[in-house]
Amino acid sequence: MRLKVNGEDRETKSETILQLLKDLNVIPERVAVEVNLRIIKRADFENYRLKDGDTVEIVYFVGGGIVDFKSQI
Amino acid sequence: MEDKLIIRGIEFKSRLWVGTGKYKDFEETARAVKASGADVVTVAVRRVNVVDRKSENLLDYIDPKKYKILPNTAGCYTVEDALRYSRLAREAGVSEMIKLEVIGDEKTLFPDVIGLLKATEILAKEGFIVFPYTNDDPIMAKRLEDAGAAAVMPLGAPIGSGLGIRNPYNIKIILEAAKVPIIVDAGVGTASDATVAMELGCDAVLINTAIASAKDPIAMAEAMKHAVIAGRLAYKAGRIPKKLYATASSPIEGML
Repeated sequence: MRLKVNGEDRETKSETILQLLKDLNVIPERVAVEVNLRIIKRADFENYRLKDGDTVEIVYFVGGGIVDFKSQI
Repeated sequence: MEDKLIIRGIEFKSRLWVGTGKYKDFEETARAVKASGADVVTVAVRRVNVVDRKSENLLDYIDPKKYKILPNTAGCYTVEDALRYSRLAREAGVSEMIKLEVIGDEKTLFPDVIGLLKATEILAKEGFIVFPYTNDDPIMAKRLEDAGAAAVMPLGAPIGSGLGIRNPYNIKIILEAAKVPIIVDAGVGTASDATVAMELGCDAVLINTAIASAKDPIAMAEAMKHAVIAGRLAYKAGRIPKKLYATASSPIEGML
């Protein structure tokens, strides 16, 4: 299916958030995830089923401060 | 003599809080944070780079078990954005603390205090421990306190300007009226600025650029640590009143 992940279109076979994070090599314990502007609790990553056309945002903590518009959600 | 900073039951080991922006790399960030003696470290919330996955993460260098991670909403210009970032930060992190920034203007990075007040009210109701970054305006500081801010963070001068505490009299008025801790955020340029803030009676100081952009950030971090301790001690000790004329400090008695 096709998802928009952090602003980029992406074709994926991942069916859940946890699978998607694993595919992207992202450690689930350090991120927050939003699907279609709704925050998904970490405990639900495993069971939350993604749908074609979903917009997913994956964020984490960076040094800052600095306003870096490229990485703004 | 116990002199601990406690906010909403959370005990803070140091009155110097530090930011993590503008460092050369994570290693330098970690060394500067360590040299500063701070236990509060502010961070921003940003997209994970899913295209080019680097394995390194700030939290590999700043251990959240050792430091209190204080996420901020830097770069947010609307109430909606600030709320969104705050809620994401709570999910990504381990605490309810949020350094709330609603920026009004790109050039000055001054806060949009109307948006800030709204966001503070909403987040406080949602159980966040809100630290709003605001102007050195005594009335607004009081309003933020009434809206549920856990502490208020007035600027000393614009973010990254290094101009020091531009209006110490306003900070003094804010301190007199405040029932919550007052933490100067932004404007510190060098160690004496941090001391001035603490001598005024502020509960803590947050510093990023003055350390990160110093020629030697590690040495400046250590200087700031001592500056904050010195300022706090001087405040507690109580300075002498200023007088126009001299007062001899050696006795007249026994002179030839």
